[in-house]
Amino acid sequence: MTADPALSVIRRGIILTVLALIGVAVVMVMALQFTPVEANQGLAQKIFYVHVPTAAVALWIAVPATGIASILYLWLHDPRLDRFAAASAEVAVVFCLVVLTTGPIWGKPIWGTWWTWDGRLTLTLFLFFLLLGYHALRGSVRDPLERGRFSAVLGIMGMALVPFIHLSVYLWRGLHPQPVVLKPSAPSLPWEMLRTLLAGFGVFILLYVGFVTLRYGLQLAQDRKEEADAA
Amino acid sequence: MRRAIRLALVLAAKDLRVEFRTRTSLLSAAVFAALVLIVFNFARDPTAVATIDLAPSVLWVTVAFASVVAMNRAFTTERENAAFDGLLLAPVSREVLYLGKYLANLVFVLLVEAITLPLFVLFFNVGLGHALPGLLLTMLLATAGFVAVGTVFSAMVVKTRFAELMLPVLLLPFMVPPLIYAVRVSTPLFQGRPLSEVVAGLRFLALYDVAFITLSVLLFSAVVDE
Repeated sequence: MTADPALSVIRRGIILTVLALIGVAVVMVMALQFTPVEANQGLAQKIFYVHVPTAAVALWIAVPATGIASILYLWLHDPRLDRFAAASAEVAVVFCLVVLTTGPIWGKPIWGTWWTWDGRLTLTLFLFFLLLGYHALRGSVRDPLERGRFSAVLGIMGMALVPFIHLSVYLWRGLHPQPVVLKPSAPSLPWEMLRTLLAGFGVFILLYVGFVTLRYGLQLAQDRKEEADAA
Repeated sequence: MRRAIRLALVLAAKDLRVEFRTRTSLLSAAVFAALVLIVFNFARDPTAVATIDLAPSVLWVTVAFASVVAMNRAFTTERENAAFDGLLLAPVSREVLYLGKYLANLVFVLLVEAITLPLFVLFFNVGLGHALPGLLLTMLLATAGFVAVGTVFSAMVVKTRFAELMLPVLLLPFMVPPLIYAVRVSTPLFQGRPLSEVVAGLRFLALYDVAFITLSVLLFSAVVDE
């Protein structure tokens, strides 16, 4: 009896996810116990070590990965690409949700408001809705080939929309803090804080990989079952 | 090239002819637009909010909803008796087929807007004056862009369950950038500012049109080809 490939992918996904979740716990302990309290914002700033890495993974890794996989899928018609695009988009929904939840929790004490129509907030919210639409579409198409093509078309269109949303929402004056790490000059954080933040980036990237692997494996198992049922 | 345009026009004319024979959907879309305007009127406190402050948003929200309703129709009629399969078998390229569908949709949505605009002027007592040419140009540029996306999406959603619900969910995020700019352009126009002040906004709308019409033409075959 040969090993089920889907099962081994799922197993790998579970291991990575568990490791990443332990890492998330470690980062939280690091942030609360071993990182100095920020002078102006106080304890509220601690959420930054979750908010910034999840936002970075969602917007710079998960969403572009979906878009690129969509383009490649329309070109190569490889079902693996479709599965990967779907998995990445699904994880992007989760990460966007974390960003959109942690943001207001921080915003209330610091800005005095849960929500503001700042450029970054609006852009993230739009991406979130686009991703939800992507999943709604996937869920409502039964034929797997059609589902792959339709969602790839939506993925590509969505990628093309991002710069336009950016152009139309950034005209408003922003309340959102400017980047502190990835910017042309050197990072403007003391080492103790930067250390925690970088650890945050590491574990959330690992969590993304773990979730995507797990989701990919589940989809693979489902596809194989459908094929077996059809045969 | 000329042949392609002629074929696209033939296809668009076919769609519009079918439309005008019954007129049901045009009429329904127009009635829908009128009802949205009426709802808006009762949703505001006329003593607290001046009409002119609200007018651009009312106009564009109405246009957005009415357009979605109108675009739902584009491929639903093709489903009956598998009419679309016949169209796919016709010796025309997918790009031409898309352009034909797009033009028919564009004319249809513009007609709905042409009915909405006078009703808006009537109900909200807005003096258009010399803002009219600028406003018409804005409407054309904004509509041309989101109808391009809507045509591709409506071809997809007819094959899904809950098609009527799916189109707005997918399309509204794509309508927002043109709507933001349309409102931003129409507000100064309503206040009697000259067209030269809003050129940047119109340029944005034109850029959106070029990007999404091109993308839609390229991606349409991925939607319809088995």
